[in-house]
Amino acid sequence: MPKILVCIKQALDVAELKIDSATRRPIIVGVPRKISDFDKNALEEAVRLKEKVGGEVVVITVGPEEAKMALREALAMGADRAYHLRDPSFEGSDTLAVSHILAEAIKKVGEFDLILCGEASIDSFTAQVGPRLAERLNIPQITYVRKLDLKGDTVVAERSLEDCYETVKAKMPVLITVTGEINEPRIPALMAIMKASKKEIIVWTAQDLNIPKEKVGEAGSAIQVTEVLAPKVERKRIVIKAETVEELAETLAKALIKEGVVGR
Amino acid sequence: MSEHGGVWVFSENKDLMLELLGKGSELANKLQAELAAVLLGYNVKDQANELIAYGANKVYVVDHPLLKGLYAEPYTSALTSLVKRYKPEIILMGSTKRGKELASRLATRLETGCVPDCTRLWVDEKGVLLMDRVVYGGNAVATAVCRVKPRIATVPPRVFERLEREERKGEVIEVDVEIEEPRTEILEAKEIEAAKVKLEEAKVIVACGRGVEKKEDTRILEELAEILGGQVGYTRPLCEDRKWFTEWIGLSGHKVKPALYIGCGISGVIQHIAGIRDSQIIVGINKDPEAPIFEVADYIVVGDLYEVVPALSAALKKLLTSG
Repeated sequence: MPKILVCIKQALDVAELKIDSATRRPIIVGVPRKISDFDKNALEEAVRLKEKVGGEVVVITVGPEEAKMALREALAMGADRAYHLRDPSFEGSDTLAVSHILAEAIKKVGEFDLILCGEASIDSFTAQVGPRLAERLNIPQITYVRKLDLKGDTVVAERSLEDCYETVKAKMPVLITVTGEINEPRIPALMAIMKASKKEIIVWTAQDLNIPKEKVGEAGSAIQVTEVLAPKVERKRIVIKAETVEELAETLAKALIKEGVVGR
Repeated sequence: MSEHGGVWVFSENKDLMLELLGKGSELANKLQAELAAVLLGYNVKDQANELIAYGANKVYVVDHPLLKGLYAEPYTSALTSLVKRYKPEIILMGSTKRGKELASRLATRLETGCVPDCTRLWVDEKGVLLMDRVVYGGNAVATAVCRVKPRIATVPPRVFERLEREERKGEVIEVDVEIEEPRTEILEAKEIEAAKVKLEEAKVIVACGRGVEKKEDTRILEELAEILGGQVGYTRPLCEDRKWFTEWIGLSGHKVKPALYIGCGISGVIQHIAGIRDSQIIVGINKDPEAPIFEVADYIVVGDLYEVVPALSAALKKLLTSG
């Protein structure tokens, strides 16, 4: 029976993000956080596999105190155990450093067959942590998976690429990143939420994982973000109004012809 | 030659490789560095001269049966060996899905950073490479630097221009390196039927969102697109939730820049807007006067797409044929 690890990120809910119009800087403070969408798909897939073939689902996250909420939700969705990798030195880690933290924790968790991640996070969308983690653990990866099957000690996965759907086979252990197409994540029932609140969340710090400070956080990151600004919006914002829809259509059509964007 | 280790480009996608050479040559000139292309594959040697014609000063070729088809392990091992031997400072890689996972693995093996999906790359007066990418679901652009060499950036298709093809001089260097065996096996590849004209190249795009109630109703948008000589595009919910289509416009799908984009029944979530931001003129048609698409629109039409779209088709047909 497979042991499945799922890596999740408590991401900024980008749909709730506002921009300071004077500075064009995003206002991060107060923006709600949630399990990143595709990570939820990864979690759902893990729970479905467990329901089908048995095994265990272990969920892992790197994040501050409040990331505990994401783990609680994951437990309510059906994960059996949760690990919270939390340390002040982890803050400001890029994908190089985060993949290091996750890899060290996974080595400590022990044997596993499958690691599931989302294809990318909704806030930073780098799509790097999955493949970087596979590299660190020296296992193969199958990314952008929309269909997943286990057959004995192998996985068969269908990838959604730009030009084709590619069916790929690999021996476990293997890391899989999933797309939103793979499933519809469940909404946990009240009973499941109640039961989950009794499950233990194991907290590991940098010391527990023997991770030196210079390997994580800003010190251990290769990428330094120097500026984050909203793009300038310079649009005309002309409202087309008319008595009848025919007049309205004609006004718009004429405007578009005048812009030189339609016709010859 | 300067002491700079040089700028390298790699993509398994031939068109994208030429675009990377275009950008790479600009960066290399600025840094007074060499521009090299990395050519990996099996029986690919004869493609090297073409890369020189598009700007490469050098082409490193690894020609090996294990490099037939892009698998992460053999490609990562070949690139790692090349990087360790020749020490480039900057590597631009193609941001295809295959290219992105390769870049992530390579960057990890080299213990360095990688900035994915760069929309702008430039060198400041101190010679530092700056990389822009879209973050927060399209809400913002982050500028980043990489403190470790080699600095790796991935670049999506059609962001940068290729150079004119010219007879240029360059050196082809065949390299023997150890190559790892792939640990995955491709059993089957089903081609996804591509649209006749790529959305990215369309001059006019009529896009539809959740405001369209039935799949058959997209016909009225097709009619409008046809009159305008354009293409119909879709939002992610029509593809992922309703499963009507497979390819959408947006941050995670096609990023388009037509002369005219008409969004019909599209609320305009930020992820969709991120895919249409570079359009020359944006028209929004939506029943909801509060729809966010109106904030980025040049022309705002508050109305029912089922009335407005056919009327617009009729008006355009009349004006375009009479004129």
